[in-house]
Amino acid sequence: MEFLTIIQVLDSTLRLSTPLLLACLAGLFSERAGIFDIGLEGKMLLAAMFSAAIAFASGNVWVGMLAGIGASLALSLVHGLASITFRGNQLISGVAINFLASGITVLVAQSWFGQGGRTPTLQGAARFEPVHLPGALTRIRDIADANPLMQVYSELISGHTIIVYISLLLVPLSWWVLFQTRFGLRLRAVGENPAAVDTAGISVVRLRYMSVLICGVLCGIAGAYLATALQAQFVKEMTAGRGFIALAALIFAKWKPWNALYACLLFGLLQAIAVRFQNIQIGEVTIPVQLMEALPYILTVVILAGFIGKAIPPRAGGEPYVKER
Amino acid sequence: MDKMPKWADAILVPLISLLLAAILSALVILAIGEDPRAAFKLMVDGALMRSAGWGYTLYYATNFIFTGLAVSVAFHARMFNIGGEGQAMLGGLGVALACLFIPWPHWTLALLGSATLAALFGAAWAFIPAYLQAKRGSHVVITTIMFNYIAFSVLGYILVNVLRPPGAGDPASVRFPEATNLPTFQDMFSTTANPMFRSAPANVTFFLALAACVFVYYLIWRTRLGYEIRHFGHSQTAALYAGTSGVRITVIAMLISGALAGLMAVNTTQGEAERLILNSTEGAGFIGIAVALMGRNHPFGVLLAALLFGFLYQGGAELALWTNIPSQLIIVIQALVILFTGALDNMVRMPLEKLFLALRKNKEAL
Repeated sequence: MEFLTIIQVLDSTLRLSTPLLLACLAGLFSERAGIFDIGLEGKMLLAAMFSAAIAFASGNVWVGMLAGIGASLALSLVHGLASITFRGNQLISGVAINFLASGITVLVAQSWFGQGGRTPTLQGAARFEPVHLPGALTRIRDIADANPLMQVYSELISGHTIIVYISLLLVPLSWWVLFQTRFGLRLRAVGENPAAVDTAGISVVRLRYMSVLICGVLCGIAGAYLATALQAQFVKEMTAGRGFIALAALIFAKWKPWNALYACLLFGLLQAIAVRFQNIQIGEVTIPVQLMEALPYILTVVILAGFIGKAIPPRAGGEPYVKER
Repeated sequence: MDKMPKWADAILVPLISLLLAAILSALVILAIGEDPRAAFKLMVDGALMRSAGWGYTLYYATNFIFTGLAVSVAFHARMFNIGGEGQAMLGGLGVALACLFIPWPHWTLALLGSATLAALFGAAWAFIPAYLQAKRGSHVVITTIMFNYIAFSVLGYILVNVLRPPGAGDPASVRFPEATNLPTFQDMFSTTANPMFRSAPANVTFFLALAACVFVYYLIWRTRLGYEIRHFGHSQTAALYAGTSGVRITVIAMLISGALAGLMAVNTTQGEAERLILNSTEGAGFIGIAVALMGRNHPFGVLLAALLFGFLYQGGAELALWTNIPSQLIIVIQALVILFTGALDNMVRMPLEKLFLALRKNKEAL
């Protein structure tokens, strides 16, 4: 295989990992605080639709992204209301949110644009353009002729949208917030032993709402990235299970930020390979594309089964907190 | 002391939830500039006022009875089986293998064979998540979600590489032999003078679904195993102390759940499509969640809720046909039903409990 081909696959790995990483970090904040969230998919989907629609209407991608974050936050509040205030089943709430988003996006997009549940194609300032780092080559022919180091710089490191770089920066930031600040300590404590946090005079409800809202913001960015950076419009069901792959990555990463980056890069690589090569021929054996698609899920089940190191979720995850009376 | 009488818990709470979902859906229809009353009338006309409409309503209801029962059996053991979709996909594979590779002399025998294989395949697909939950403590919700996606890939691989006839474009098997085709309601109830259920897909599988309701009722409330499942669901520690094996109950409850979800494929694959296609489940596995929650995990409740969702799906298809409202409206309604009956249950329940307590106090004061 040619060197440039490898670089190109890695380049698309980075692009495909970004929404996974954002959603995975979103789930990290929520689940570390003890709120299971299987509604990542729905929040991303709704954010994708609203960011594309508002970006088209306003002609400004940043306004679009804000709208997407707002939509995602609305669903976060529903999830918070169900699982924190009314102490309902967090998993069922997540399922409901996924369906709500899946239905509403098509209804609204159809009613606004009448194009069978998609938004018009975004152009110019209505979408995120690639950022070219100083000195990087931009034409494919120039890159092909350049030396390997320049190829890596121009193809892999330069030329991504701003969100890709932001999402990478969010990894150390999340680590710092969760493991180096008082807020992070409390947030993690509330996911392990909420009663202890409550005894210390800190509001469990407030902390959990904050974590759920952080989750909403990150899912909103992830959705906006899908519709305004990775692609240039919203299409029906465009998240295509990414919310669940992110959930899988979160388990794979054992609820840790740096591990989340590695897990998302791995799952992104699998997607990039599946997109580029379809069936892979290795000697006599053909690896079918379906195996590449299913591999993130299979790996997660194996990890969950505890055969390769055990994944232990936050102890109070999924349980509503009832103050003793 | 119970805060609420039983009838209020079983009937009032779901009805209020349904009402809330209906009001919000009406607002959604208003928001996209359509008339909710006209939409409702169109749905009723299309789904319930003609025998062909009923033929579709009952066809969808058949799917939802199976998946609703599947979710509710797992719920009784306090497990949330989101894997109905994948289990039904594998059930479809079982149906296809039974119909394609065994020369059945008559549809009755074919139905018996395909239903057995569908249940076996569905149960097998539920076995690994069940075993991992029971033995290794991996959360069954996450593993069944993962298994849905794996099932899709497995089915895709088998359809593209094994069952697809050479030269065909779309990933689907060949048509099943004539002898395996199930009688539809049209075949059963139409006379030349009075044609009924014209070209509607409802078929004999509906009666199999009714039988499954009766079976689940007896299983859960009239057998020792059912007692153990409910006991385990109410209090794991008490059940373990009483000598029930947690591993056994977890695995058996999930196997029954998977088998019921797998049986759904008899209706879609053998009853309607008469060949195996990639997306024959069409989300019915997930609708089972709404049906089980709405039906309060009781087979009779599941039957009613399945009929309601059957009506919604057929009505939604009519809406998409005659108005500008996409059929995705039904997904919104379904989401709202799951939200109100499942996650926001306490929001409906708490004020009601207060109301009943206040009423009782008044009575005692008199």
